Amino acid sequence: MNLPEALVSSVGWGLWAYWLLIALMMVGLYIVIARDNLIKKVMGLNIFQAAAILFYVTMAKVAGGTAPIVPAGADHAGGHGGHEIVYSNPLPHVLMLTAIVVGVATTALALALAVRIHGDYGTSEEDEAVVYDMEHG
Amino acid sequence: MIEKILVLEVVLPLLAAPVCVLVRHPRFCRLFSLGVIAACFAIAVALLVEVRGGGVISYQLGGWPPPLGIEYRVSTINAYLLALVTAMALVVFSFDSRGGPPRVPEQRRHLYYAVFLLCISGLLGIAITGDAFNIFVFLEISSLSSYILVSLGGHRRAVMSAFYYLVMGTIGGVFFMLGVGLLYQATGTLNLRDIAARLEPSLDDRGTVLALALLVVGISIKLAVFPLHHWLPNAYSFAPPKVSAFLAATATKVSFYLLAMVLFTIFGAPFVFEELRLQAVLLPLSILAMFLASGAAIFQTDLRRLLAYSSVAQIGYMTLGLSTANATGLAGGLVHLFNHAVMKGGLFLVVACLLYRVGSVHIDALAGIGRRMPLTSAALVIGGLSLIGVPGTVGFVSKWYLVSGVLERGWTAAAVLILLSSLLALVYVGKVVEVVYFRKPAETQPIDHVREAPLGMLAPAWVLAAAAVFFGLTTDWTYGVAREAAELLLAGGI
Repeated sequence: MNLPEALVSSVGWGLWAYWLLIALMMVGLYIVIARDNLIKKVMGLNIFQAAAILFYVTMAKVAGGTAPIVPAGADHAGGHGGHEIVYSNPLPHVLMLTAIVVGVATTALALALAVRIHGDYGTSEEDEAVVYDMEHG
Repeated sequence: MIEKILVLEVVLPLLAAPVCVLVRHPRFCRLFSLGVIAACFAIAVALLVEVRGGGVISYQLGGWPPPLGIEYRVSTINAYLLALVTAMALVVFSFDSRGGPPRVPEQRRHLYYAVFLLCISGLLGIAITGDAFNIFVFLEISSLSSYILVSLGGHRRAVMSAFYYLVMGTIGGVFFMLGVGLLYQATGTLNLRDIAARLEPSLDDRGTVLALALLVVGISIKLAVFPLHHWLPNAYSFAPPKVSAFLAATATKVSFYLLAMVLFTIFGAPFVFEELRLQAVLLPLSILAMFLASGAAIFQTDLRRLLAYSSVAQIGYMTLGLSTANATGLAGGLVHLFNHAVMKGGLFLVVACLLYRVGSVHIDALAGIGRRMPLTSAALVIGGLSLIGVPGTVGFVSKWYLVSGVLERGWTAAAVLILLSSLLALVYVGKVVEVVYFRKPAETQPIDHVREAPLGMLAPAWVLAAAAVFFGLTTDWTYGVAREAAELLLAGGI
């Protein structure tokens, strides 16, 4: 085992995709918590959701697998020309189509609410809106 | 036959929503929605009668057999939830709010009914489906529509509350989705019973433990379990009063079912409560909710906010029942779903009556209103007594079984704390009753013009107030069904 491989196995870098998407998720969550601008909050929420979608896409990947489309001339067991074909798992992708639709609906609704808030408060900044509420009840 | 109409429970309101959007006639939409909800209620009652005693009804969508296809599966606990949600929807919807929510002009009223129907079908879908990802989709349908409903309150802060609710709810939803993903990774299936059969939870399997953590935290946000409850008081106090009544009576109840189902059916009581010992977290949080939220309720000056904080405390009682993990305690928690829905739904409808006649539910504005609106105030008192847990009301039934369950577990201190927290409820209910009946109205706010609420408002509020007494005396249907559901859950079934 050479040095890079030892490094990879000792910190679990073999699961680098998971590290990456958890990092992405936390970036999104941080934006939601730390930013006062409502639009930025919505974008943070989007990143947060995108990380979850990537999680499903990641787990659908089968090592050495191809797109799950049965080629013309494949035999009944899914083999082709005498050797077996490995497919990636299509189900999580299908689930994520639904999750993306949910995400789009959430974003649209959040932006619509932000527009209304801007109309009522004259600002899209959360801290300014809080001050406005304290002054006007 | 019965398994054919089972699917209509979700499909009817789901299809009725676009019909409302197309027809655009407010009065037609109102009556049409009411009819659809009444039909759903009838189906739910038929299902409950059918499955009582351990029956199960299953429907395969599109004829695809489970575990590949989506299965709708109704046993006692699902039927109990369906009956609860549709009954509350029916009562709240029949409440005549005279002009609909404040932010919705007459020509847009049909959209309000459509969103209401979508919310109902989402909640019913969660309760009926046997597929994990399907639950996520219905959870988001119901959540998205409840954000819209909350934002329709008259006050500017209603929109802000809806925005917070959306942010919190979406984070909860994504957590739930990740949890389901990890379960799928571990078992290769999305059918709930199939997951339960294949999953072998152990503390060494970090993926499974993480799945449990994500699911519990995600659902807890939607359920408003104590430290994650922050969205609830704002959402309930600024939403249109009818919406508050509906959401308080149904949305958190369905989330509670979801939590119980995840803990008992999917992961199983032996793993969650013996190996992982979740009660070490759940029990303190429940007790904190009972005390801190009740304490916060005492200091509220707005009746709606007071009731909202009281809701957080009541959710504490439910999760307390969950953490006992024995049949009596769990049945106490489940029967409290119904009992709390009846009393809090009734109280929020009373609030709607008061808002309509008095124009404010600030505690000072209600001084002496007991003489001007005797029937409304009497319903308020009945609901309040039930919140305290006075014998003869539903609140007593819940607390009786919760305390029995806790004592069965040997947690004497917790039993004492339940009784002590009832004293806090006595304080905040007493405060309201004192103002309504015994305080003289302020000279600056004359109440001579205030009359009793119209019948269309009073009748639904009184139906719930009467139910709070009726089911406090007869427990066969409520506790009987809850007990059966609890035993089913403990045995790992749905």
